[in-house]
Amino acid sequence: MTAASATVAPPKRRLRDRLPVVHQVRQSVGLQRGMLVAGLVMVGVFILTSLLAPVLAPYGFAQRKDASGAFGTQQPPSLEHPFGTTVGGYDVLSRVIWGTQTAIVVIIVAVLLSIFIGVALGLYSGYFGGWLDRVLVVVCDAIYAFPSLLLAIVLSIVISGGQSGLWAGVLAAAGSITVVFIPQYFRVIRAETVRIKAEAYVESAKVLGASNSRVVFKHVLRNATRTLPLIITLNSSEAILTMAALGFLGFGIEPTAAAEWGYDLNKAQSDVTSGIWWTALFPGLAIVFTVLGITLVGESLNDLADPRLRGRRRVAKAAGQVAETSVVPGGTLEAGPGGLRGLEDGESFDEHGIEVKP
Amino acid sequence: MSTVVDIRNLGVSFATDAGAVKAVDDVSLSVQRGEVLAIVGESGSGKTVTAKTILGLLPETATASGAVVLSNRAGTHENDVVTLSRQRLRDIRGTDVAMVFQEPSTALNPVYTVGWQIMEGLRAHGEISKKEARAKAIEMLGRVGIPEPEQRVDHFPHQFSGGQKQRIVIAMALVLEPGLIVADEPTTALDVTVQAEILDLLRRCRDEFGAAIVLITHNMGVVADLADRVAVMYQGNLVEQADVDDLFSSPQHEYTKALLAAVPFVGHGTVHAEARAAARPEGWAEQTPVVRAQGLEIEYPGRFGSSGFRAVRGVDLVIRPGEVLGLVGESGSGKTTIGRAIAGLTKVTGGSLDVLGAEMNGIREREFRPLRSRIGFVFQDPASSFNPLLTIAECVAEPLIIHGRARDARSARARVDELLEAVQLPKAYGDRYPHELSGGQRQRASLARSLALEPELLIADEPTSALDVSVQARVLELFAELQREFGFASLFISHDLAVVDILADRIAVLYHGELVEEGTGAEVLGSPQQAYTQRLLASLPVPDPALQAERREQLRRLREGD
Repeated sequence: MTAASATVAPPKRRLRDRLPVVHQVRQSVGLQRGMLVAGLVMVGVFILTSLLAPVLAPYGFAQRKDASGAFGTQQPPSLEHPFGTTVGGYDVLSRVIWGTQTAIVVIIVAVLLSIFIGVALGLYSGYFGGWLDRVLVVVCDAIYAFPSLLLAIVLSIVISGGQSGLWAGVLAAAGSITVVFIPQYFRVIRAETVRIKAEAYVESAKVLGASNSRVVFKHVLRNATRTLPLIITLNSSEAILTMAALGFLGFGIEPTAAAEWGYDLNKAQSDVTSGIWWTALFPGLAIVFTVLGITLVGESLNDLADPRLRGRRRVAKAAGQVAETSVVPGGTLEAGPGGLRGLEDGESFDEHGIEVKP
Repeated sequence: MSTVVDIRNLGVSFATDAGAVKAVDDVSLSVQRGEVLAIVGESGSGKTVTAKTILGLLPETATASGAVVLSNRAGTHENDVVTLSRQRLRDIRGTDVAMVFQEPSTALNPVYTVGWQIMEGLRAHGEISKKEARAKAIEMLGRVGIPEPEQRVDHFPHQFSGGQKQRIVIAMALVLEPGLIVADEPTTALDVTVQAEILDLLRRCRDEFGAAIVLITHNMGVVADLADRVAVMYQGNLVEQADVDDLFSSPQHEYTKALLAAVPFVGHGTVHAEARAAARPEGWAEQTPVVRAQGLEIEYPGRFGSSGFRAVRGVDLVIRPGEVLGLVGESGSGKTTIGRAIAGLTKVTGGSLDVLGAEMNGIREREFRPLRSRIGFVFQDPASSFNPLLTIAECVAEPLIIHGRARDARSARARVDELLEAVQLPKAYGDRYPHELSGGQRQRASLARSLALEPELLIADEPTSALDVSVQARVLELFAELQREFGFASLFISHDLAVVDILADRIAVLYHGELVEEGTGAEVLGSPQQAYTQRLLASLPVPDPALQAERREQLRRLREGD
């Protein structure tokens, strides 16, 4: 080889450009960046609160009295109880803070339960097709018609006869959502698999004689997971809402087992008519805050993933360098058997294949 | 002659994730009335951006500087497209300037009749009754050569062939009698024989309708056939502008010379093929062939209730060891299907296909898998034939790992480096990802992968059709070199006779799934026996204006003879 062998490897993308969310924040501009950052801050607050709940919460979630005696029921906000107390005599602030833990557990359980089954079925169905594929698609379509809340109620009754402890309540909510979520993961992964199956690199692996499992795991799965983060964020918010709805309908978690926003809202129903606003307002706000944060992150990740929706700064008139789009820079083919001079030194590509001179 | 469009110091920049990128830099051009100006250049040279600026069709991420002064057909008023408001832009599009797109099947809306789509342009510009508009649409369809325009005006796009669709797109462009038509690669998506007809039609646009044409193309044969004047673009700059005869006979700029030298010329490869044939040892022709097809039939299954589609009907062919068979045909002729059947990607439904001693008709994947290590395959589109998440070295190591020659990509690296050097890529490129390579480099890496196991048979399915001319020349040269070195037999599939001519020992011509002619390059290209081969050969535009004019005449005689 001639001069071409002296080529240095292109500079690796810096770490901050490769981290998933950090990269998107840096990439975004304007309103999209605002949405993403706002969502990230809200989700960050939510996660931190749940981790630091034992430190942040002034009282336990099931605590009704302290050294100075019982809290009293339906007390308005005061110095001791900044958000007041509930009809059951619990501290509202503490229960709102402890509630983040329950919410996170529901999200994790629901996503974990559905993602593996959904992805595995989607891969199988998309890659091999056949009668199982047809059956699965029909079943998944049928599940869309099924109200998830009704299913959650049934599950909660089956698991624990209605009123339940922490895990029974979480499993009821998560389990019912799982049934609805599996089709979502299934459909997305199946569609991606069907698309990727027709790509030339999968065919080329087949021509090389690769086994089916190698093709599926090495070539298809890794390329099919692009849209998963988006579905996970959207599903997380749905998981919280289902949990809250269950609690609101009275199928939630016992106040002694865990703090749960939906349960608190349910108990606050009668308060609202008698002018006691603090018992309903704060758990409600917590739900809105969390779901809004997660949804903002999901929506902006979705927009940023699509180059057509992604906003960019406008460039000044006739700004920028002429891209080295030509494959024969320098104009002539000064090529020996070792390759083309100028073709192979030092140029690099950005991620969209536009060649830029460093 | 007056000027239809005058581009002055045009610069266009795009906002990308990597910052501003300049696509067109200080380009000045003008087009005279009734003239065909061809803008040539490789992909990314800014030719399409320049042309789209004339219509004000730049995307929102682009900003333009300079001026594009467009005058109307009568030459009574002028507009600067760059600074024009959207409202005014709509007024001049269609009336002053119109566009013919590359892909006729996507340029037409499938849910409306073609008549409606032609009338839409008329009704958008001024009051015209439905009846008049319809009459005009029928007239236009007739003038662009659609038979029975009175009936066909109510047909939907899918009821027309590809060439007819492009005629309709041209009719839509002509209906308001614009002074200028911008044609962006108008024949790239079409077969050679259809291309010749569309080029004739475009020539009539100039002669009968008096429209000036800006023709964007990468095909120098098309330029030689149609253009009056040529502008060569390179990396956003205009490097040369000359009359078509001057450009082809005495190119001035180095880049133009290199570009013209890279264009394959049909008939130039036969010399090599003869030399190779002469060098074969005695008894070579009696060797057991690598591939032997007898009465090969391939049928794609139809949906419920409809019969299947027979893509290949009774083809006999033989590839002997160390021989390159060029398979030529238009789209839908079944050439790719045959290649895929030999590689075991498509099922053989009839006849016999013997590949490396295995009968492919009814073979099971499990039995065929061991044979796969002896077959290489190069795909058409280098962009999609690599897993985007694996580095080039990992991709090239795949066949070695699959067939147990290496445990993982790292232990295969030494062999991968050798292979990359064999295809003239620097070793360091092994650590890059596919998107970090240009098209030609990727296609070379693809060659490296297919040669990793030193196969006896290499199937190359249009390996250069996605590449620019200058890159195509390099890849073809490399292919010939590797073939000499490794001595594999090869099935080289292409729609381009000139490309096949460079490489092939023998050429087989397919038409509608049947093999119409087969023989050495000298036989098939020198004195074709079948009418279809003659048409195909005459339709192929050659990059020489004077010669092309003769060939055009010859093609016209052939057509009249039919």
